[in-house]
Amino acid sequence: MSTVAPSQTPAAAAQRPARPAYRVTPARVLRSEWAKLWSLRSTWITLGLGLLFLVAFGLIAAFQFKSRITSGRPMDRDFADASALSLSLFGTNFAQLALGVLGVLVAAGEYSTGMIRSTLAAVPRRLPVLWSKATVYGLIVLLLGTVGVFTAFLADSGILSGTRAAMTFSDAGVLRGLLGAGLYLALVGVIGVALGALLRSVAGGISVLVASLMLVPGLISLLPSSWQTHISPYLPSHAGEAMFALHHDATTLSPAAGLVVFLLWTVLALAGAAVRLVRSDA
Amino acid sequence: MIEAHQLTKRYGEKTAVDRLDFTVRPGTVTGFLGPNGAGKSTTMRMIVGLDAPTSGSVRVNGHRYAAHAAPLQEVGALLEAKSIHPGRSAFNHLMAQAHTHGIPRARVEEVIELTGLQSVARKRAGAFSLGMGQRLGIAAALLGDPATVMLDEPVNGLDPEGVLWIRNLLTSLAAEGRTVFVSSHLMSEVALVADHLIIVGRGRLLADTTVQELVRQAGGDVVKVASADPARLRAALAGPGVEVTGRAGSEELLVTGLPARTIGLRAAEQGIALFELATRTVSLEEAFMDLTRDAVEYHGTTTTAESAAAGAGAESPRSAA
Repeated sequence: MSTVAPSQTPAAAAQRPARPAYRVTPARVLRSEWAKLWSLRSTWITLGLGLLFLVAFGLIAAFQFKSRITSGRPMDRDFADASALSLSLFGTNFAQLALGVLGVLVAAGEYSTGMIRSTLAAVPRRLPVLWSKATVYGLIVLLLGTVGVFTAFLADSGILSGTRAAMTFSDAGVLRGLLGAGLYLALVGVIGVALGALLRSVAGGISVLVASLMLVPGLISLLPSSWQTHISPYLPSHAGEAMFALHHDATTLSPAAGLVVFLLWTVLALAGAAVRLVRSDA
Repeated sequence: MIEAHQLTKRYGEKTAVDRLDFTVRPGTVTGFLGPNGAGKSTTMRMIVGLDAPTSGSVRVNGHRYAAHAAPLQEVGALLEAKSIHPGRSAFNHLMAQAHTHGIPRARVEEVIELTGLQSVARKRAGAFSLGMGQRLGIAAALLGDPATVMLDEPVNGLDPEGVLWIRNLLTSLAAEGRTVFVSSHLMSEVALVADHLIIVGRGRLLADTTVQELVRQAGGDVVKVASADPARLRAALAGPGVEVTGRAGSEELLVTGLPARTIGLRAAEQGIALFELATRTVSLEEAFMDLTRDAVEYHGTTTTAESAAAGAGAESPRSAA
């Protein structure tokens, strides 16, 4: 501790002028959460991975599809009714994991490290912290996800031009699908934040996130089929898929209904997080 | 100014803080003492609203902590040392805290300098030593230029230079008219800086007193004197404010209220031979231990630590006549 001169440091604090008037405002809490997010290396890495998944898997899917067509091999079921849109959104499945997990980390990471004590000491009303985290992270993922899927689509429509999967922005459902995918990823991010704040555990948050997005749809198939048709479309993953899928049938929700249902899931998770944040000791 | 009123915190069956009433006033350093598990940290967490009281209330500068427009300007708190994200640099940590209140970057740099963290401010806080982590916590506590500074075991993990630095810091903060509230489980450490003491054990208030008062209550210094004629000596020493005790048939007396020198001189005047004359200094540590003996949460299986501490400073022969 050679950097310290004990005899002078306290004296430096001695003559302070009149106290400035500080104040906590919602905008300042947002600013703080923004700064917190970007000052961690894990943010850059995970967001980078999310973007990479979106673009790289979109490209790989398109190349695969094209090579099947040109080689004349039979299409497997996944590719049978593929379009440039569905191929360019191939990476969303993987990106949602990375981006959802980062959302969990944004909130639960504060509990696992002890940072939450500093955060709530600065903003003891608490709720502004949750709203700010969800807003900041949701907007960042919205931007990143939208850029990612548009990039993938642009590249894929180049690769696929002339094949039966070719599409352009002017085709029906393309813009809606791409914007829907960006929004879907943003909401997955927000759900991640909410789950992290609700469960206060990185492992717990990630488990519930992965379970609700990937495992529950599989488990539903164990239910009697008459139940399935009533429950299945409203599951978070299926409702979310309806936001960006090109084709809709009787077993899926319309894009608008999908958005509404997925928003409700997001609100539910946020409400749970808000209640826990306000009620429980930090 | 911190005012606790019937402050209580229960965790299921266990009562961590039990109907505490106390006031911490500005301009002095108030020590918050108690053995481990006495409820000091829980009390401090309730002061800044991290834990909600089961019943009762605690106010800071007249209001609930969360009701203040700029909480960091009211209370700067160092709670557990690592209230940070280890992946963030010290500067970024402080900056994020500062953003919430609109505290300028210049103030962040000021507290970094004040706590001597300049050389490591850009490094990941997770790599900090215990002492540096403690300094970062203190920097965060001072960030809002708070009227009340509250530190939970601030000297933990600090080297002697750091301990001295904390002592000077605390006294200078109090001298500026701030309220300074410092917890510790070590009486010796607190006695050096605190004027006022709040002592708790098992969540209960054991004493709300001053250092001088505690010494006085503990009976002040005791002189042990062994003589050939204890009965005559007892009569020779009697007087206002003097208390003499001794077992019948023993040649030893315990005298409070008179220095060893006076006792020796009186005995010489009366021609009473003395075999032993020793001042037994009351250590604050001992007074504290007496006070908290029944309230210690975790007793060791042997009493060696306790008796060693109690023995320090006791039975030190000073003058013999």
